[in-house]
Amino acid sequence: MSPAGLRDATAIVGIAQTPFAKHLDPPEIELACQVIVDACADAGIDPREIGALCSYTMEATEEVDIVRNIGCGDITFFSQVGYGGGAGCGVVGQAAMAVATGQAEVAVAWRSRKRGSGPRPWTNTSVQLRVPGQWTRPYGLLRPVDEIGLLTRRYMHEYGATRDHLANVAIAVRKHANRNPEAMMYDRPMTRDDYMQSRWISEPLCLFDNCLETDGALACVITSADRAKDLRHPPAYVHAFAQGLPPEHQTMVNYFNDDPLTGPAWACARRLWANADFGPEDVDVAQLYDAFSPLILLSLEGYGFCKRGEAPGFTENGNLEWGTGSLPVNTSGGGMSEAYVHGFNLITEGVKQMRGTSTAQVEGAETCLVTSGEGVPTSALLLRR
Amino acid sequence: MSNAAAFSGGYVANRGPSVEGFLLPATDEESIGFFEAARRGELVVQACTACGRLRHPPRPMCPTCRSTEREWRPVAPTGKVWSYVIPHPPLLEPYSSVAPYNVIVVELDENPLIRFVGNLVEDVDAPLDSVDPHGIGIGEPVECVFRTFTRPDGSTESLPFWVRRSG
Repeated sequence: MSPAGLRDATAIVGIAQTPFAKHLDPPEIELACQVIVDACADAGIDPREIGALCSYTMEATEEVDIVRNIGCGDITFFSQVGYGGGAGCGVVGQAAMAVATGQAEVAVAWRSRKRGSGPRPWTNTSVQLRVPGQWTRPYGLLRPVDEIGLLTRRYMHEYGATRDHLANVAIAVRKHANRNPEAMMYDRPMTRDDYMQSRWISEPLCLFDNCLETDGALACVITSADRAKDLRHPPAYVHAFAQGLPPEHQTMVNYFNDDPLTGPAWACARRLWANADFGPEDVDVAQLYDAFSPLILLSLEGYGFCKRGEAPGFTENGNLEWGTGSLPVNTSGGGMSEAYVHGFNLITEGVKQMRGTSTAQVEGAETCLVTSGEGVPTSALLLRR
Repeated sequence: MSNAAAFSGGYVANRGPSVEGFLLPATDEESIGFFEAARRGELVVQACTACGRLRHPPRPMCPTCRSTEREWRPVAPTGKVWSYVIPHPPLLEPYSSVAPYNVIVVELDENPLIRFVGNLVEDVDAPLDSVDPHGIGIGEPVECVFRTFTRPDGSTESLPFWVRRSG
C-alpha cells in the first residue's frame, strides 16, 4: 500500500444537474453557472468560497466567465483535463488534489454541454481530433462508433463474445434508466428483441450500443474531509484517484501497439488499486463509462472485476443489474440511457449511491467505482461513504 | 484542435471509380516518405536504424531505444485481416453513398505487430463497397495495392488498399 496521499482526505459534498434533453434553450455558460451555484447550495457552501475550478479541455465555458458570473473571490487553482470522455474523473481528481494539497479549501468541477456547440470532428472534413487521421480517415473510419467497432470485432473474435453480451449491457443500463425520472429513457423500456432489431450504426454495433445525444450540465463541489463532516449531506469521500495512459496508446484508434485490447483502463487501474485500501471485490456498485456498450466489457476486465476475456460471461444472468447482479453498473442509466454528458453523470450518480439517494439504490452500498472513457487516456475515482 | 492539418480536406477529381470528396491524407514531414514510396508502388514501414525496430504510425523517436535515427524500410506487402467494421449511415458524403462498406485492420505477415487501417476491395480501382462486407473473415490473407488519386491541381496521392490473396 502506498502512503496515504489523497486517500479519504477530501469528499464530494455538493452535486447539481440541469434537466437532460435533446435541446435546452439557455446557453452553455448559463447552464454551467446555474449548476455550479446549485451544487454549492446543495453543499451549503457560498460560491464566494470556491478557490479551485476544474473542467475538461473540451469544455466551452471558461473559468473567467464562470467567476464573473457567479461572484467568486480569488481562484487559486484551475486546471483542465484532456482526451474528451477520458477526462471526467480526472477533473474531479485534480479538484480533490487541489484541496488535499492546500491550493484551495473548496473546489468545483463541472461539465456543460450542448450538442450544437463544441467540436464534432466527424461532421467536418477539415477539423480532426488528435488522432493519426491520415492513416485512418481516408478509408471511411470516420466516427467514434466506427473506431470502437473495429476494436469490438477483434474483441468478439478473441474471446467469443456475441451481440447477446452487448445486449446484456444495454438492457441493464436501460432498466436502471427506467427507474430514474431524470433519465432521457425513463419511459422507454427496451427488450432484447428491440435491441436485436435496431438498425446498424457500425457493425457489430447497433443503435442501442451507442450513447444518447444530450444537452445538459452538471457540477460537484469538493472540500476537505474535516469540513465535509459538518455539511448537509453524507460525504462521498474520494478514497482514491488515478489517470491512465498506457504505452504507445493511440487515442480512439488503438490498433497499433502490442496488445490493443488492454487499453487505458489497465494502466489507470494499476495505480488506482495501489492507492486504495480495498480491491475490486469490495466494490458495491460501479459507474463505468459507456459511450458504447463494449467499453463496459473492457472496463470490467481492466479494473479487475474479472479476468481478461471473461467480461462477456460476467454480464450474464443479470449480473450488471440492480436487484439481481453482483455488480450493478450505471445505476442512473449512464451515458446510454440517462444522458451523455461525457461521463459527468456517472460521477454524480456515484455520489448519490454513497448518500443513499439513487433511484436504483444498492442496499448498504459503501463503495463505488466511477470510470471515465476507455479507448482514450482515462481516469477513475473510488468513492466511499 | 491540435492537428487541424490532419487532412488536406475534401476535393478529389472524379477519376475512374473514385468519387469527389473522399478524404486524402495531409502528409506531414514524418509521413511524407511513406507516401513517396506509395507513389512508386512500394509498401514501406519506418525503422529505427539504431536498434532495428519497426514502428507504425511513424514518429520521430524510437520508444524502445530513444534514437531519432530512422529510415523507410520496404516490407512484403502481404498480411492478414486483424479486424473489420462495417459503417452504415449517417456518414459524411461520399462515404454514405457507398455504405455499408468495410474498414479493415491488416497485420503484416512480415511483422504482425505492424498494422494498417484500410479497405478490402475487389481490385485496385474498385469502390469501397465492391466486396460483400459480410463475407470478410478475420485471418483472411490480403495483399496491398496502391490506388492513385488526382487532385484538381494535377497532384497525385497514392494510398494502400487491400485485395484478397489466395493461400
